[in-house]
Amino acid sequence: MKVKSALLMLVFTIATVLTGCEPLMVLDPKGPQAERQAHDIILSIGIMSFIVIVVFAILIYVLIKYRASKASPDYEPPHIEGNKWVELICVGIPIVIVTYFSIVSVQSNYIVEAKPQAYADKEPLIIYASSSDWKWHFSYPEENIETVNYLYIPTDRPIEFKLYSYGPITSFWIPQLGGQKYAMSDMTTTLHLAADEPGEMMGRNANFSGKGFAENMFNVTAMSQKDFDKWVKDVKKTAKPLTKEEFNKLLKPGHLGQMTFTGTHLGFNPPPEHHQMGAPGEKEGHSDDSHMEMNMDMSDHQDHN
Amino acid sequence: MDFFDRFAIPNPSIAIYASMVAIGLTVVAIIAGLTYFKKWGYLWREWLTTVDHKRIGIMYLISALIMLFRGGVDAIMLRAQLAVPDNKLLDPQHYNEVFSTHGVIMVMFMAMPFIFAFMNYVVPLQIGARDVAFPRLNALSFWLFFFGAMLFNISFVIGGSPDAGWTSYFPLAGNDLSPHVGTNYYMMAIQISGIGSLMTGINMITTIFKMRAPGMTLMKMPMFTWSVLVTNLIIVTVFPVITVALAMGTMDRLFGTHFFATTNGGMDMLWANLFWVWGHPEVYILILPAFGLYSEIISTFSGRNLYGYKSMVASMVIISALSCMVWAHHFFTMGQGALANSFFSITTMMIAVPTGVKIFNWLFTLWKGKIRFTVPMLYSLGFIPLFVIGGVTGVMLAMSAADYQYHNTMFLVAHFHNTIIPGVVFAMLAGLTYYWPKMFGFMLNERIGKWAFWLLSIGFCLAFFPMYITGLDGQARRMYTYSEATGYGPLNMLSFVGAGVMAISFALIVYNVYYSVRYSPRNIGADPWDARSLEWATHTPVPEYNFAIEPHVASSEAFWDAKKKGHELFPGKVEKIHMPNSSGVPFIMSAIFFVFGFSMIFSLWIPAIISLIGIFACMAHRSFENDHGRYISVKEIEETETKLRGVN
Amino acid sequence: MKVDHTLPLEYSTKQNGMNIFGFWVFLAAEIMLFATLFTSYFTLEHRTGSGPSGAEIFEIAPVLIETFVLLTSSFTIGLGVHAMRIGRKKAMMTFFVITLLLGLVFLGFEIDEFITYIHEGATLQTSAFTAMLMTTLGTHGLHVTFGLFWGTAILLQVKKRGLTPETANKSFIFSLYWHFLDVVWIFIFSFIYLKGMM
Repeated sequence: MKVKSALLMLVFTIATVLTGCEPLMVLDPKGPQAERQAHDIILSIGIMSFIVIVVFAILIYVLIKYRASKASPDYEPPHIEGNKWVELICVGIPIVIVTYFSIVSVQSNYIVEAKPQAYADKEPLIIYASSSDWKWHFSYPEENIETVNYLYIPTDRPIEFKLYSYGPITSFWIPQLGGQKYAMSDMTTTLHLAADEPGEMMGRNANFSGKGFAENMFNVTAMSQKDFDKWVKDVKKTAKPLTKEEFNKLLKPGHLGQMTFTGTHLGFNPPPEHHQMGAPGEKEGHSDDSHMEMNMDMSDHQDHN
Repeated sequence: MDFFDRFAIPNPSIAIYASMVAIGLTVVAIIAGLTYFKKWGYLWREWLTTVDHKRIGIMYLISALIMLFRGGVDAIMLRAQLAVPDNKLLDPQHYNEVFSTHGVIMVMFMAMPFIFAFMNYVVPLQIGARDVAFPRLNALSFWLFFFGAMLFNISFVIGGSPDAGWTSYFPLAGNDLSPHVGTNYYMMAIQISGIGSLMTGINMITTIFKMRAPGMTLMKMPMFTWSVLVTNLIIVTVFPVITVALAMGTMDRLFGTHFFATTNGGMDMLWANLFWVWGHPEVYILILPAFGLYSEIISTFSGRNLYGYKSMVASMVIISALSCMVWAHHFFTMGQGALANSFFSITTMMIAVPTGVKIFNWLFTLWKGKIRFTVPMLYSLGFIPLFVIGGVTGVMLAMSAADYQYHNTMFLVAHFHNTIIPGVVFAMLAGLTYYWPKMFGFMLNERIGKWAFWLLSIGFCLAFFPMYITGLDGQARRMYTYSEATGYGPLNMLSFVGAGVMAISFALIVYNVYYSVRYSPRNIGADPWDARSLEWATHTPVPEYNFAIEPHVASSEAFWDAKKKGHELFPGKVEKIHMPNSSGVPFIMSAIFFVFGFSMIFSLWIPAIISLIGIFACMAHRSFENDHGRYISVKEIEETETKLRGVN
Repeated sequence: MKVDHTLPLEYSTKQNGMNIFGFWVFLAAEIMLFATLFTSYFTLEHRTGSGPSGAEIFEIAPVLIETFVLLTSSFTIGLGVHAMRIGRKKAMMTFFVITLLLGLVFLGFEIDEFITYIHEGATLQTSAFTAMLMTTLGTHGLHVTFGLFWGTAILLQVKKRGLTPETANKSFIFSLYWHFLDVVWIFIFSFIYLKGMM
């Protein structure tokens, strides 16, 4: 009976959601990475539901069949040590399932950690996303512009986010484009995403970071490359330049609205020198130069665009 | 007045002032009551100085229940705040403090003492021993835990509570971003009670290896004892890790070092690694004794031996080994790359195999049994389906690529509550009901108990299943509020209702204790459940020496053999019994630890140094003390035995 | 307490046997403690921030003396336990006193080493590396300091009460502790000093 109520509960809650509301964000992907993840999630929910149902069925069966009120008063349950074959099956089936999941999991790991395959032939757009208490700074080194708390991205093109933080560990997450990754103060992490279609999406910091954490969100707008280029051009015309003093002011704890600047902070306030999976222990100094070089390279790219 | 400013609460509110008054009144009431009924001497002689494992077990139990109440109030506050969008019940600072203390209290100061309560009370009885290997050390463990818990709890009214989550990730928990003393409390309180846990680990391992009754080989130990052995091996392995991590964190906060800071080479990721190297095995420290309890209970109320004893033992050993190899799954998203994530993903999923074996073994124990639906059995039967749901969502979370989407969301919150509540809390309530007659000499009322069970199960489903859905809909954990546009409102309201139902169920359990104290019959005998292992072979209430004659054992179900197969459990005759003396030193030493911790928290160096000297003085006193214990004479034992036989 | 005379004095009662077993379990926990410190040390070894690196501050001479002194003390306490087993109280006490004196010399050198580091600008607050170095060495040093007091307490008891199952048990356990500290030092010497100087 316990089981029945639990099952009913599950069905009930799923039903309310499926009928009443929009599709769940994570299961409503707008990009290849999120799609892969949603696929894994649905797959695992399916197989896992099967396991749950099997266990429930066995449990209900034995509870009904072997309850004391049904057994005769002089029934003495037998002494059974265990059976090699039964136990082998109990080990074998989970091993088969786990092996299957392991294969899927490893494949997916390499897929989400790499440039999206669908757009493998395209040059990725690099965006530096850094968090400070409680906002996000997005630097577009190629376009040489920077925004606060909102993100414009072109569709049908891989986007490589470089993540780091000017404070506590945060987690950069756009559920409909793909899973999250930490932004930390002593390492730059990389997250590969891409958007398939234009539209607005929610992005947020998912990792608790203090008082202003709940509001630590940003808007994501995906648009065609053409619109994106037009937006960049507009920004360059209208936005004021980002100076070191201005940026330091932005870093102060608090909430800010959306802001737009020309220039980025990468020159005067470079990201941490350690990179994901890079060799730790490099001294500061030369890495600054490499960043400067990189910035130069990127401004070259810009001309092509 | 600068000196006193530090003790003030940085963000006072009515709730905090009310608790100040409540705490003050409770303390006054306790002191007045003890004085009025002239119970100070009794309290000191019989409880504060006791080294009896049974009394220490009961004190653990009471502390755990009090902490369950405190952690539960926190939980209700959290759910109430999130029940509707844009709620203003708690401000972000308070919300952060409440969820931080909720986590720490439930894991460190509720679940840990709860399992220690059963370890202490049951294990010596189950292996036919007179006490644990080091009774004095055992008292010290308890009092260190107790004063650690008290230290943590006063943070609410003196100086402010920790607000960086129960994981206390740096640099958020560092001085720059958490300037008030809350996180100091976290560091010191867990450190002090953690030392106590480590000592319990050493004590229990020695007890189980060295004090088993004649004939009880390792593979003839009852399953609960096995689970405690494995658990304590994990404790000894991983508690030193958190000791070091907490010491480093304390130094960062108090002495200006740069272990986890963002400057001068500090590494915030190191804290996360050290924390979870301890933190993941920690949840197995909680769940394995729970598995042990379920094994005892399911076997008892199926009227059958436990199916697959050997594979049960093997699976626990494998789980314990794997538990130390999976810690990075708590931060797949830290950017270790696909290779490391794949490794930890696979090791994590592998835990599902031995756990699955255990579930099947329990099911096969029910098979061909004669199942009695008592309250302990109901909890154990409720555990199986609910824990399976928690377990399979664990496998889902273990898929690291998908975890990028679950991480830090309510899905994760739902998962770990779905394992810990049906896994640990149900086991503790089952164990509480199961061992209550042995501890106190009367049974808890079954009817009220069944009501409590059903309410708890339904409340649990209502409270936590919606979180799976809001998690997939992008609700991050630890957000103090959300806007209406997100659409999380209705499901969070459902969670709040569920939390309320769970609260009613806990209130019923308390009422059940009151009701049973008043109305339950007292002549229940030594074996009210028709159980199978040694702890039921001795009298109720258990005499201080446990067994007048050392039991001799031939299987893992010695008492059952004695009842059904005519196995002679107590050959030989009564001899004088050596027992340890009571001592006030563990209590005093732990109280000094409390002063030390408090002084450190507020950087009061002089009292800190003085109390440190006091701690070493206590140790020196113990070293020079000439205490050989005492003997209970044969005459005394026989008198007690006759009297107890009369009772039953 | 039943005393079994077929066993060595330190093992002669059931409680004695349990004490020694329990202490081995405690040493296992200590191994984990130092293992955690070493792991953290290797993680932070090169994170020197603006402070000096290991190669810049380590000096071989005092470290060699410390190693020599501590290894010798491990030998002398072994002789002490041997003397205890053949029931020669005086010889045992002499070896224990020598052990503790060697421990004191070790500690003196270590304190001097710390003072040198601080003068060279490598303090607890300088960088993650210096903090980790001093914490690892300091934890070992504090263990030695505690051992000095503990050993003295045991010596006093042996002097007053003679070689009883209890005092023998305590002395033996203390010798285990002392050997353990020696093993830890060998690791410190190899993996912190030698590796750091290379």
